[in-house]
Amino acid sequence: MDAIFLQILNGLDKGGAYALIALGLTLVFGTLGVVNFAHGALFMVGAFCAVSVQALLKTSERVRDESITFFEAYKEVPYLETWWGETGTMIIDWAVPISLLLVIPFMLLVGLSMERGLIRHFYKRPHADQILVTFGLAIVIQEIIKANFGANPIPVPAPDIVAGSAQIGSWFGLSDNVVYPWWRIIYLIFSLTIIAAVFAFLQLTTFGMVVRAGMHNREMVGLLGINIQKKFTIIFALGAVVAGLAGAMYTPILPPDYHMGMDFLVLSFVVVVVGGMGSLGGAVAAGFLLGLLQSFASMNEVKSILPGIDQIIIYLVAILIILLRPRGLFGREGVMED
Amino acid sequence: MSKKNLNNWSRRGVLKAGAATGLAATMPMFYTKNAYAAGYLNDPGDSGTVTLGFNVPQSGAYADEGADELRAYKLAVQHLNGEGDGGMLKTMKPLSLTGNGILGKKVAYVTGDTQTKSDAARASAKRMIEKDGVTMVTGGSSSGVAIAVQSLCQEAGVIFMAGLTHSNDTTGKDKRRNGFRHFFNGYMSGAALGPVLKNNYGTERNAYHLTADYTWGWTQEQAMIAFTEDIGWNTAQTVKTPVGAGDFSQFITPILNSGADTLILNHYGKDMINSLTQAVQFGLRDKQVNGKDFTIIVPLYSRLMAQGAGENVKGIFGSTNWHWSLSDEGSKAFVKSFGAEYGNPPSQAAHTCYVQTLLYADACERAGTFMPSEVIKQLEGHKFDGMGNGPTEYRAEDHQCFKDVLVVKGNENPSSQFDVLEVVEVTPRAQVEYEPEHEMFAGGNLGPANNGA
Amino acid sequence: MGKSNVAKDFMLLIMFTAAVLTAPIWLAPIGANYPDLLQKFAIYGIFAIGFNILFGLTGYLSFGHAVFLGVGSYATVWSFKLLTMNVIPGILFGVILAGVFAVAIGYVSLRRSGIYFSILTLAFAQMSYNLAYSVLTPITNGETGLQLKINDPRYLDGMFIEAGAGIPSTNLFGIKMSGYSGFYFCAAMLIICFWISLKIFRSPFGVTLRGIKSNQNRMKYTGFNTRPYLLAAFVISGMYAGLAGSLLAVTDPLAGAERMQWTASGEVVLMTILGGLGTLLGPVIGAGVIKYFENIFSSIGENKLQEMFSGFPEGVSNVLTHIVSPFVGSGWHLTLGLMFVLIIIFLPGGIISGFDKLMNMFKPGSKLKPRKTEDS
Repeated sequence: MDAIFLQILNGLDKGGAYALIALGLTLVFGTLGVVNFAHGALFMVGAFCAVSVQALLKTSERVRDESITFFEAYKEVPYLETWWGETGTMIIDWAVPISLLLVIPFMLLVGLSMERGLIRHFYKRPHADQILVTFGLAIVIQEIIKANFGANPIPVPAPDIVAGSAQIGSWFGLSDNVVYPWWRIIYLIFSLTIIAAVFAFLQLTTFGMVVRAGMHNREMVGLLGINIQKKFTIIFALGAVVAGLAGAMYTPILPPDYHMGMDFLVLSFVVVVVGGMGSLGGAVAAGFLLGLLQSFASMNEVKSILPGIDQIIIYLVAILIILLRPRGLFGREGVMED
Repeated sequence: MSKKNLNNWSRRGVLKAGAATGLAATMPMFYTKNAYAAGYLNDPGDSGTVTLGFNVPQSGAYADEGADELRAYKLAVQHLNGEGDGGMLKTMKPLSLTGNGILGKKVAYVTGDTQTKSDAARASAKRMIEKDGVTMVTGGSSSGVAIAVQSLCQEAGVIFMAGLTHSNDTTGKDKRRNGFRHFFNGYMSGAALGPVLKNNYGTERNAYHLTADYTWGWTQEQAMIAFTEDIGWNTAQTVKTPVGAGDFSQFITPILNSGADTLILNHYGKDMINSLTQAVQFGLRDKQVNGKDFTIIVPLYSRLMAQGAGENVKGIFGSTNWHWSLSDEGSKAFVKSFGAEYGNPPSQAAHTCYVQTLLYADACERAGTFMPSEVIKQLEGHKFDGMGNGPTEYRAEDHQCFKDVLVVKGNENPSSQFDVLEVVEVTPRAQVEYEPEHEMFAGGNLGPANNGA
Repeated sequence: MGKSNVAKDFMLLIMFTAAVLTAPIWLAPIGANYPDLLQKFAIYGIFAIGFNILFGLTGYLSFGHAVFLGVGSYATVWSFKLLTMNVIPGILFGVILAGVFAVAIGYVSLRRSGIYFSILTLAFAQMSYNLAYSVLTPITNGETGLQLKINDPRYLDGMFIEAGAGIPSTNLFGIKMSGYSGFYFCAAMLIICFWISLKIFRSPFGVTLRGIKSNQNRMKYTGFNTRPYLLAAFVISGMYAGLAGSLLAVTDPLAGAERMQWTASGEVVLMTILGGLGTLLGPVIGAGVIKYFENIFSSIGENKLQEMFSGFPEGVSNVLTHIVSPFVGSGWHLTLGLMFVLIIIFLPGGIISGFDKLMNMFKPGSKLKPRKTEDS
């Protein structure tokens, strides 16, 4: 029971990350009709925003390191600590939450310039061209990150106060052995909040209504005299912000490196397709579903019956869903079928 | 394969398949080019330079390690050519090198990107051998790649000096006559860690293994199980994790209820950073099980990688081939010249690569030729000292270096950003030695030396 | 098809053959004339030509073609281990097994089209890769890759030849399959594959496939069953990939799981589009460009750059080295990425269409009737 409860939590947590990435991907695909292979790179850029903020807060004075004697070594003392002492240390400790303030404007900017500068010229081009150009862009982005931050993962710890685990078992009357890291609980709540916000935005605002109409029938909305183009640009930027936020918040769970975008890319496409191309609800549902399945497939009890199942479960489910229900869980008919 | 065998093989083959000789005759005769060359492949002859091939990962997960290896190689070339402060050339014993290159030829080098993929690594090594005319290829950072390149060098007929490769197989079932490894291996890690773990954690522990699901992970797990059971520990469970899993939460939560009080992470690189970071997040180290503090062990440490795990490595035991804080003359000389050149201390990967280059150069100098078969004779059974690991021997039976192994611990109070690990014990060579045909290494065959011509 | 077209195709084939066979000479100035890279050009050329038969003609984008490359390699290495070092059985097994896999995967995947087809193929390939890397290690030798051993049985060889001391090399009835002879063997295969692809492009089968690409629904409404044609194209291109995988093992007897990873499948897509999708020559050129980048650009370090710019005054050469060095050596991926972006923006038809544009500039009056890229 305890084990299953924990695996459900793991699955939801993983699912939260998948859902956030897939949500942005689907937004862009559903509205602009663009298959964006650089979406994983946006997730990574968000994560490296957190890295940069941490580095910025840690901007340091180089002090000669006396403990190393055989060559001139320096250690770094952050200015914030020299100036403000304890308060400075605390600010550095809160780098990840603080970084969210940077992520939103920065990712908006990245999204806007990407759409204006590149993506919009590819609306009419075949999907293969879109894939290639965004894939090329993803390579360029990751190489730039690598040139600046190196190839090794960079630790970005969560604030000290939430670094440990919560006695979550006692909340639900389970054994004391059931603990779960605070940051993962926060991540789950965070992803649910973002998902809710995006849905509220699309359901409750006029802007959202136009966008939803545009997803259904772009020509018609255009004929009504609405500048759908401009709205789509904003949607693209919104997708970038969602991916960036997901990335920045994920850094304490997974120390970011330049390749993390590519690692998430394939998976997020599978999530989108399983959910149904262009279906926002589908993307979210599929994200959580695949997260849960992956967690359960990794259990020893399951693996002893089906060796290797944890390695292939995601793909197996994708194949089954596409064959049995070609539009995905909640997809509309005819999307991307030719 | 020797020249004689080759000829036997082809002549008989052609005779058996008489009809094919017509086809053979129409083939252009480029491929016989090497047959006219002197005794061995890529003989530098009268040229004033000899070229070495440095084949390291420049992209992929180990790119930073590869960059450090490349720095070490460049330093070695400088020292061989008599530039810089000479580094370990001042401490290496015995020494035939004089600082005027190798056999009077200036040392040049070419580099390549292995991408941490066997295919790319072999393509890059082939370029070095076929186009750049190298007499020796060296590099590593992944056992799969090292083994693949080693067998390529055997087939082509040049020497391979392995860089960082820790799998038992490199000098076990996949050993080759033309290949040599200075780095230690999974067995040695287990053998060195066993007694230290016993002293620190007692004889009654219940260990849970998370193991990267590929060849290196398996051999590491096998060694760790053998040596922890030797000191009386019980193995609660072993779980294989997909390589590059990223999020290990689904593998970590079952540990909470397993009754295990020790977690052994047979992971390396990114997997190690992620699984360790997450295990600590899940509060494993704050737990009490069976009245004991829960502990984590990382059998193979790398300082570069440990930096990626940040605070989480504090107090965690592991093993390493070499560490820059050692105070013997060789290590000090190397760290000094590396630090002066690049501003940071070398990693263990850099150390093993630097040493391998010098060892190769010295063997050529002693042999008086670059001919692989002669160089191999000089390296087999060669005993040396002053290179950071104390007295060391290249065992002739499997081309594995035998030397002391370091047991390290994540530093609780680092005094600098490089001071991530602290050396707990230097395990003497005798304790980590094994028979060449030990069961974890059996099934290999060095085969004959290949000069490539 | 008129007679002049047949003659033109014949000329194309002759020129292609001449270019391939003289490659060791005309590639010398750019440092690409050593056997391994020449072999890779030919092998990946075959892979891309085959991929183009599926993607270029039918528009079905497979993101899992590398799985056939891997299967071909494994089958061939097993043939070396168990039967004989002669390459003919190995290649046959490789191509046939890849064909079998292609029938199975194609039969399932072709039930869907568009991006669903792409994801299906991707999923099959990733499953194969993950299993080959872990659970199937007894067959694939996992991370290390399947290699030859001195004590492999080699039953067929054992009947005729006594074993030497080392591992024998792969051979074609006694001709060693490494070095230049290996290249010429691959080159011969490439020319044959090119010829077959040319025949397919010109055949009614090829016309049908193009019809499917331009409008599958219309063909379906006329009562035409497109599935068998698509499956045939899929299997043919799978067998091409199997052949390429076999040849990789022939010239270098090792098979690694990473040959099946999705990035390897992505690579062949990039080769095809970069060179010119749906054209005859484009894929070969694309394969050549990418392999050249991977092998030559990645090896240029700062010392090489300084050598290259040594003709300039020191200040200038330092600045040049500084500007260029991020794009070579470990930065070669960056150059590749930039190139994709630029080519796809400015030359949607790939490198081939660039050539065509250049040719047209010199041909007066050609603007009136631009050449169809499909015939180039």
